[in-house]
Amino acid sequence: MRTGLYAEFESPDAMLAALRALRERGIERLEGFAPYDVPGLIEAVGVRRSRIPAATFVGGLFGAVAAFLIQTYANAWHYPLNAGGRPTFAVPSFIFSTFEGMVICASFAAVIAFLISLRLPELWHPAFEVEGFDRVSTDRFFVGVDDRDPLYDPAAQTRLLEELGATHVYRVGGR
Amino acid sequence: MADQPEMMVGRPDDARITEEVLAPLWERTRRGWWWLLAISGAGVVLLIVTVTYTLWMGPGVWGTNIPVAWAYPIINFVWWIGIGHAGTFISAFLVLLNQRWRSSINRVAEAMTLFALVNAGLFPLLHLGRPWFFYWLLPYPTRFQVWPQYKSTLPWDVAAVSTYFLVSLLFWYLGLVPDFATARDRAPTRFRRRVYGVFALGWRGAAEQWQRHRITYLLLAGLATPLVISVHSVVSLDFAIALLPGWHSAIFPPYFVVGAIFSGLGMVLVLLLPVRAVFKLKDLITDAHLDALAKLILVTGWMLTYSYVIESFLAWYSGDLFERYTYLFARPFGAYAWVYWSMTAVNVLVPQLFWWKRLRRNPVVLFIASLLIVLAMWAERFVIIVTSEYHDFLPSSWHFYAPTWVDWGILLGSVGLFVFLFLLFLRFVPAIPLGETKKLRYQLEHEEAR
Repeated sequence: MRTGLYAEFESPDAMLAALRALRERGIERLEGFAPYDVPGLIEAVGVRRSRIPAATFVGGLFGAVAAFLIQTYANAWHYPLNAGGRPTFAVPSFIFSTFEGMVICASFAAVIAFLISLRLPELWHPAFEVEGFDRVSTDRFFVGVDDRDPLYDPAAQTRLLEELGATHVYRVGGR
Repeated sequence: MADQPEMMVGRPDDARITEEVLAPLWERTRRGWWWLLAISGAGVVLLIVTVTYTLWMGPGVWGTNIPVAWAYPIINFVWWIGIGHAGTFISAFLVLLNQRWRSSINRVAEAMTLFALVNAGLFPLLHLGRPWFFYWLLPYPTRFQVWPQYKSTLPWDVAAVSTYFLVSLLFWYLGLVPDFATARDRAPTRFRRRVYGVFALGWRGAAEQWQRHRITYLLLAGLATPLVISVHSVVSLDFAIALLPGWHSAIFPPYFVVGAIFSGLGMVLVLLLPVRAVFKLKDLITDAHLDALAKLILVTGWMLTYSYVIESFLAWYSGDLFERYTYLFARPFGAYAWVYWSMTAVNVLVPQLFWWKRLRRNPVVLFIASLLIVLAMWAERFVIIVTSEYHDFLPSSWHFYAPTWVDWGILLGSVGLFVFLFLLFLRFVPAIPLGETKKLRYQLEHEEAR
């Protein structure tokens, strides 16, 4: 989310309770901000499937195939070198570099997919304009209500969030 | 785990954890830090001087000479890369095994891995003789149409070590992103806020960000775990593929992996104990952590002892004259017998101290024992490499090996570089993962409430 309501809470459990209360009222576009990976947070805002594992698998497959083919091309086809009469297409000897090719391409695919799926790096974000948001990386917890939600109602939801224990509620954006 | 309550002393709140971990980044530079930086900086200068001298004069300035064609550079390479493995062991193996106690020590361990790998990468390059042609090892379409020979272990090394370095760097940085965000938000000056802000990539702790971060971190841990085993197996095959008695042994891959983790655990403790004392982190790096690391040293120590026994047994059992000579005479009674016996004594006997809980939790004992282990593991590689070569098949070519001042200078210089980088790390990077530590605290509190 970018714009909408940002409500500050002092404990992770209060944040989780507020998120659940909002979901019960049918609000779907929610966000939680926390200084650490609070267990149950992603379930509370609604699980979104990630394609990072799939990207990692594809990257790994590509790396393994590419590394194996490079070795085969170089040593068995383009410039076969007779080293002590050993076979030029020496599959067991190619396994290590094939494995390393798999690992390195899979790792880069994982990290690149991580960055793309989160649209990082994004050095500025509307959330950073929220007063007190700089403590979300230390010890504060925020609940976000996206203003694109069909049930978005800033006045009523501000009141609701305050009833749920928010210390402050900020409205970002004009809607 | 019976030790669970001790994973954290007291239950420091989020603000307290943040303050404690980030204090070394903001406080006035300590005088001791400057002293250590100056000493290790002198080591870096020594490294630059000796490496430049080697490049200028050629590898003839080393003691390395036929029949001892592999000596200090390879010993140092294996030693450093082995030290690196314990970092990945702590950060990746233990994540997969759900060992939560690792969270407060994994950053230091991973930093150790990276800096050890910087050194490890240097030595095979120097050992090439003409390091400026290192790119001949990469499969690029050359004009003279010569490719690397993939039946040789050298290109395996290139693939393994470069992959290991890059994946370790990615893994380390990925873990750091949320902590750089905390540093950005707590930084006292605008300049530092900007620098940490760039490294934090705009992290804001959103639910989705944490979810994806967890997924990616686990994926990398899953990739790094077999990677470590493959890397040190490749390193061991550099030897085992050769036909030299003392090297040509099928036990080498597991034996090397175990030895690597054993030596690296020693180095983790050598680094962790002073850090914990100087920065007063005893509530986050607790006695339970020291205890667990000491137990791991005991376990890997026994696995190593087993390898020593089997290695010698197989040399005898093979019935081969040269195998028997190398293992049963040249090593225990040859010119380097004192190196052999001191390394065996340390590696076999010192871990036995850790049968006692009181010794596992005594920082002084742990520090001295770990330092001895780190040194003995260097000696182990010396024994494996030099004693297999100096008395080869033909007595007329036997030759006593002695390192020169350049060999020593490069070794000491690489230790200087390692300490230098580690000091910079302590000053500029959060040394304990904040997010993971806070999550651990949250989980411990909830388990206690139940």
